[in-house]
Amino acid sequence: MAIDAATVRKVARLARIAEPEERIEPLVQELNGILQWIEQLAEVDTDGVEPLTSVVHATLALREDVVTDGGDAARVLSNAPSSTDGFYVVPKVVE
Amino acid sequence: MGRRNKSDDDGWGMLLMSELTKLTLKAALDGLRSKTFSSVEITRAHIAAVEAARPLNAFVLETPEKALEMAAAADARIASGDAGALEGAPLGIKDLFCTKGVRSTACSKILGNFIPEYESTVTANLFGDGAVMLGKLNLDEFAMGSSNETSAFGNVINPWKSASGGNKALTPGGSSGGSAAAVAADLCLGATATDTGGSIRQPAAFTGTVGIKPTYGRCSRWGIVAFASSLDQAGPIAKTVEDAAILLTSMAGHDPKDSTSLDVETPDLAPFVGKSVKGLRIGVPKEYRVDGMPAEIEKLWQDGIDWLKEAGAEIVEVSLPHTKYALPAYYIVAPAEASSNLARYDGMRYGLRAEGGNLTEIYENTRAQGFGQEVKRRILIGTYVLSAGYYDAYYLKAQKVRRRIADDFDKAWETCDALLTPTAPSAAFALGERNADPIAMYLNDVFTVTTNLAGLPSISVPAGLDSGGLPLGLQVIGRALDEGTVFSVAGALEKAAGFRAKAERWW
Repeated sequence: MAIDAATVRKVARLARIAEPEERIEPLVQELNGILQWIEQLAEVDTDGVEPLTSVVHATLALREDVVTDGGDAARVLSNAPSSTDGFYVVPKVVE
Repeated sequence: MGRRNKSDDDGWGMLLMSELTKLTLKAALDGLRSKTFSSVEITRAHIAAVEAARPLNAFVLETPEKALEMAAAADARIASGDAGALEGAPLGIKDLFCTKGVRSTACSKILGNFIPEYESTVTANLFGDGAVMLGKLNLDEFAMGSSNETSAFGNVINPWKSASGGNKALTPGGSSGGSAAAVAADLCLGATATDTGGSIRQPAAFTGTVGIKPTYGRCSRWGIVAFASSLDQAGPIAKTVEDAAILLTSMAGHDPKDSTSLDVETPDLAPFVGKSVKGLRIGVPKEYRVDGMPAEIEKLWQDGIDWLKEAGAEIVEVSLPHTKYALPAYYIVAPAEASSNLARYDGMRYGLRAEGGNLTEIYENTRAQGFGQEVKRRILIGTYVLSAGYYDAYYLKAQKVRRRIADDFDKAWETCDALLTPTAPSAAFALGERNADPIAMYLNDVFTVTTNLAGLPSISVPAGLDSGGLPLGLQVIGRALDEGTVFSVAGALEKAAGFRAKAERWW
């Protein structure tokens, strides 16, 4: 399945990455090259095969529902680009 | 500058500073325990080596003050008889591991000057056993690469040079290029690394060092910057098979903070090195003989087969029919998982925050400026294959092929106990040589990605040199949780190969 410039722009928007106009055509080439190479997977008969989503043969562990960590806002905020009064300061989200 | 031991009888004699860096981890631990030299002394020797080796660009952050503090504390514990398994040993830490209070960047601009408020479980284990941190090691950005050419801190240069290469700068491999180069150049006694598609084993092969990716779930991923969560595993790069076993024993262990961490005991792995391989069945998978494989690598593989046969193992030809589909399956699964894991880098809570007119613009500009080209390419592929209408055709299909690959190994284990293959399809290549086509770079991992997809333990052991004098590695693959057998076979290969070559110092 070949992709075009419009698809690259759409995917870049989904991924929240601003790709400049001069990168769009090269990306169309690069991504198509990779997707074409991946096409060979169609040769494999996978009828009735269960997808392998985890190589770990274990069930998810449960634990006591108690608080064992957290409560230190200063440490959480220590790398914030902008913070005040124990909050992250971010651009307006809701118009 | 030398240091005289109490007596010449125990064989130490005059130990020069520069000789302290030539020691294996095992020999250094013995010397520290017997108080032949102190941790401060051996740490100082390594700090000097690290400084002198800046042309290699293996370290992105040197932490000499912290190292000497940790070394002094180690010496105190040795004196009071409280020495841990790695007490006083100076190590390098791949900059993908969050180290508390010490900048951690994943070698990306997007993390800016991120200083973690927590320690990764793996490094906590190592430091808890008394190891000393020399600094953070260079890697491909977010562990995406096979040549350490995508780092925001620039390329790492392989300490090895080819006799037929016209003095060209070579890649140490990737993504753990800094870790492999540092160990090969005797800048540290060992290093941490991670492997998602071959990023421990391939650089180990390119630098004449030992690198093991353990069974998925053996080491905790908590505190390691995530690339592809179903594939990532931490592991050591070291000078010898025994050293790697010592490091892995310390790094591994169940961690309740990582739900994919296996709740199993870690055996003491060093005793498996040196165990006889008599009677073990070694599988040779015919599909690993690929078109265009250099004759030298074919020959080395045959040497490995002969050595194990001489050591008493039984050689069995096996078939892993879906081998060739592992790379394309990986290049759907890994980017897909990466697109999810890297969504958190949005400029809001840490790292780089770019300018923009509104929230969306800030997200898009931050990620455009903060991520390198290879990372962006993989996020875009991942986003595409997971998007509506394409999920079944790509991601689901890849996971089904992944099941087939895992089943191939299960079938092979019916007739053999371990597998022997080459680690990489070539020796170290020149920097810049394989950048034109992404797929040419991806092909470096053709022999390694299979075990990430199947979650199996696999090690690279230096086994010979190519015609230009560059190291070549052999890979041993084992059953899930059977690192013991992997180390026994690796030890037998190491003994038979007698690989003593070291990179000639040009820096």
